[in-house]
Amino acid sequence: MRIGAIHTYLELFARYFVDLTPDIALVAADEADASGNLYTGANTEETPTIVEATAFRNGVVIAQVNRIVDRVTRVDVPGDWVDLVVVADRPYEIEPLFTRDPEQIDDVQILMAMMVVRGIYERHRVRTLNHGIGFDTAAIELILPTYGERLGLRGEICTNWVLNPHPTLIPAIESGWVQSVHSFGGELGMERYVAARPDIFFTGRDGSLRSNRALSQNAGMYATDLFIGSTLQMDPDANSSTATLGRIAGFGGAPNLGNDPRGRRHPSQAWLEMTSSTHEIRRGRKIVVQLVETFRESGVPTFVEHLDAVELGRMAGFPIAPVMIYGDDVTHVVTEEGIAYLYKARDVDERRAALAAIAGVTPVGLLADSTRTQELRRDGIVAFPEDLGVARSEANRALLAARSIRDLVTWSGGLYEPPKRFRSWG
Amino acid sequence: MIETLTFTYPASSQVERRAHVGVVASGNCELLLEPHSEQHASVVVRTSAGGYGATWGAVLDRFFARHPVAVRLEIDDFGATPAVVAMRLEQALEQAR
Repeated sequence: MRIGAIHTYLELFARYFVDLTPDIALVAADEADASGNLYTGANTEETPTIVEATAFRNGVVIAQVNRIVDRVTRVDVPGDWVDLVVVADRPYEIEPLFTRDPEQIDDVQILMAMMVVRGIYERHRVRTLNHGIGFDTAAIELILPTYGERLGLRGEICTNWVLNPHPTLIPAIESGWVQSVHSFGGELGMERYVAARPDIFFTGRDGSLRSNRALSQNAGMYATDLFIGSTLQMDPDANSSTATLGRIAGFGGAPNLGNDPRGRRHPSQAWLEMTSSTHEIRRGRKIVVQLVETFRESGVPTFVEHLDAVELGRMAGFPIAPVMIYGDDVTHVVTEEGIAYLYKARDVDERRAALAAIAGVTPVGLLADSTRTQELRRDGIVAFPEDLGVARSEANRALLAARSIRDLVTWSGGLYEPPKRFRSWG
Repeated sequence: MIETLTFTYPASSQVERRAHVGVVASGNCELLLEPHSEQHASVVVRTSAGGYGATWGAVLDRFFARHPVAVRLEIDDFGATPAVVAMRLEQALEQAR
């Protein structure tokens, strides 16, 4: 098999309707009725998009369903878009991809979460946002009801989300932080909790989550103030990739959500704060944050002179290197050392110096000049925890609103039903 | 196999009290920092992960360049990343001041 390129979700969806239209689509659903109407449960995701592209350009749509029913619970895909229905001999597999056990969140991640809350969310009044998946973003979700509450930020930040139903968001929802969540997909174990919170989640009249990846991605591009996510490698210009030598992987939603779409959009305080222009015609910028520790486990530096992705792309014969997020779209980088406010840098040289200042003892960080770093702190282009009023000694697990999966179940009033692998009890 | 590393740095300021931070756990480290009667910092690192002497040197060089404090510092390391060590050092100093 030859891989031509690593596609991103929206890019692939777009090409379905231009020059990469499917001839045959194989989709999965929970239920079908005699007319071929499909009910996909919480995991509608990209199904309507794929089916639409195929069905309306003479393609064949084949649906694998768990069962045939007289009347589907809800119509997620209309029957006249579907050509064939096959009842599977066993239900489709689904993995709990977005569940992070609070037990595994460490103090460094909590320190970084505190810096994000103070130095980015509070500073720019970030109200609409998307979190990538990981322990560091889970830590942010879990300190909103504690640290964020103490700062008086409830209702001021993080009110409207584009997010999969992360179990770690339950304490913030139950504490009244969250006004809405639109989801790309579902999450195993969150079904009953989501059904009980139609005031927050997008749900059908049957009560179950209605997810839609294409619409959620679009919302993440044009309606959010901020994207925050992590990566495996970052170069001196803040280009990043999770494709490393010997490990070619998808990028998830990061390439689409982690960029500034630049087209016309409504202003928000956070969006406007990204420009210093006072010209009568000006535009703001979406905030794109990369959240990384300077070293990964086993002492591998995150900051490198050259991304493995460049070599990987060359070896695979890709015309362009598989970069996940382009550095010039990144407005902020956060490490355990501090925050680089890259959007404020006046030129490329200053941008690199700001990034090096928070890159620790990685090869990139060792190039930082301490006098220059002091100047960057003075000018507000780099901030260390003490510059943000963040006390490192507070960075410990006591700050997490839930410290275990069991705590999350308690917060949900028993409605969250974690998959077995996440349960340490009976 | 435990590797022991020692470092000495010039100092120009004092700390108030001793500080104990970190935990004994894989991927973590435990630090004991105390005021030192001498005008320098002396550091002893005991680590279960051998071969990282240069990285320890880089982390400690940066810390004592930023904060030239006269302390006796003992670190018991259980494979912490430089990121964890740097944070623990700053936490210890916050407590000791």
